[in-house]
Amino acid sequence: MLNIQNLTVAYDDTPVLTDVAVHFNASKITGIIGPNGAGKSTLIKAMLGLIKSQSGTTTYNDRPIKQLQRQLAYVEQRKDLDLTFPITVFEVVLTGTYGKLGLFHRPGKAERKASLAALAQVGLEKFADRQIGALSGGQLQRVFVARAIVQQAEIIILDEPFVGIDLQSETAIMTILKQWRDAGKTIIVVHHDLNKVSHYFDDLVILNHGIVDAGTVADVYRPANIAKTFSQDLSNVLFSGAEGVAL
Amino acid sequence: MTSITAFITALGRYDFLQSALITAIMVGVMSGIIGCFIILRGMSMMGDAISHAVLPGVAVAYMLGINVLIGASVFGLLAAGLIGFVASHSKLKTDTSIGIVFSAFYALGFILISMAESATNLHHILFGNILAVSDTDIMTTAVVLGLVILFVVFFYKELLVTSFDATFARTYGLKAQLLHYALMLVLTLVTVSALQTVGIILVVAMLITPAATAFLWTDKLGTMLVLAATIGAVSSVVGLYFSYSLNWASGPAIVLIAAIIFGVSFLISPKQALFTNLRRPRQVPA
Repeated sequence: MLNIQNLTVAYDDTPVLTDVAVHFNASKITGIIGPNGAGKSTLIKAMLGLIKSQSGTTTYNDRPIKQLQRQLAYVEQRKDLDLTFPITVFEVVLTGTYGKLGLFHRPGKAERKASLAALAQVGLEKFADRQIGALSGGQLQRVFVARAIVQQAEIIILDEPFVGIDLQSETAIMTILKQWRDAGKTIIVVHHDLNKVSHYFDDLVILNHGIVDAGTVADVYRPANIAKTFSQDLSNVLFSGAEGVAL
Repeated sequence: MTSITAFITALGRYDFLQSALITAIMVGVMSGIIGCFIILRGMSMMGDAISHAVLPGVAVAYMLGINVLIGASVFGLLAAGLIGFVASHSKLKTDTSIGIVFSAFYALGFILISMAESATNLHHILFGNILAVSDTDIMTTAVVLGLVILFVVFFYKELLVTSFDATFARTYGLKAQLLHYALMLVLTLVTVSALQTVGIILVVAMLITPAATAFLWTDKLGTMLVLAATIGAVSSVVGLYFSYSLNWASGPAIVLIAAIIFGVSFLISPKQALFTNLRRPRQVPA
């Protein structure tokens, strides 16, 4: 179990997250939803140690997360990457082996084999030698999921993996997430909209600067929670028809 | 103008010309290699800044009679640190911070150099004087070249991953910031070596132009490094030839040759393919 206690993060004295306590279960795909600016990305970046938090502890099976950095894989939002960089699809996946290799060790046969296998798992082995700029948004997202595969991490965190991608890529990524879940890993997905919430996730965390609600999707994804966090209108649209039944 | 055969004969006859040639090749190789990482990390401005900011270090080293590399390293790292500090402790953007810090260092350098005038020649520092390379200079340049190659060989995968995706590198615990300052240190050493061939003002051209030319020809980082080193060395040798035979300043001669190679690549390289692109309508990026 990944456990976060009294996490507070502020940017220039503007608090984004205040005293957040939440946990994520192994063998579950947990979605984090919330309005724009609710602190979803901030929460995972603080968890990953990419930004400083004012207070808070994160533990995984009662061990501080700082000791387990190699057990974390992070699939970032794609927007900041330099797609003209002279690197092939295969080499991007290979960088996933760097963390466990450590300094002064070059990736060898085993690492290359694992990277090719991961590319095949997301259906992109044919693209191995392409420069990454030649891929579509969805294919690129699959490459980063393949990189997370070779990291062999226990905890995988994905920031809005389904934004603007094709159906084939979405299906391929979802298949991998389910394989990870069945292998007992902890999967956390920041999700930008409310579509397909019950289709994607087992557990759900609703975040709005603090935790609004957390638990199984069936318990948490309810009209009252959506109305309170987003808007009554959105709640009406999503839960129109039978009361309390998500589309 | 001296013919190429005459240039080769002169090479056999004059030690100073041999020293110049060896230094020019070494500087071309090291600046090509480090330049690749500078342009891929979007740090061309930073490269320019650090190369100018070593000037006070050069002056202080002359004044105290210590090795130029030491003086330059101190001021180069100081400038890199200050640029980072100002940018992260204010709402100013990094390029603004670079502009402030490097111009201040450069100004300080000019004043210090004029105070140390008796021992040095400002013109040579600014534009290079490759025909006056001493044996000590060659040794120092060789040491720096060795350091550059070791740095890139040992930290190849770290340099690759932090240049491409620094956030990812930090998530698995890589000290990306430390590597940044190591790169800045190596950059100051390269700058000092390049002072002899092209001078402070044009160092940035040796860092950026061969690397940018190599970028136009390949999609592989390894190939890009080798190509940039080769283009840097070729520019240096051809530039030296023109410098010697036409009595041009070595720096401008080398930099112009590098720019011409870039220009030709810009027109004909497959990745760029300007001619083919002009004929068909440009694709709108998605």
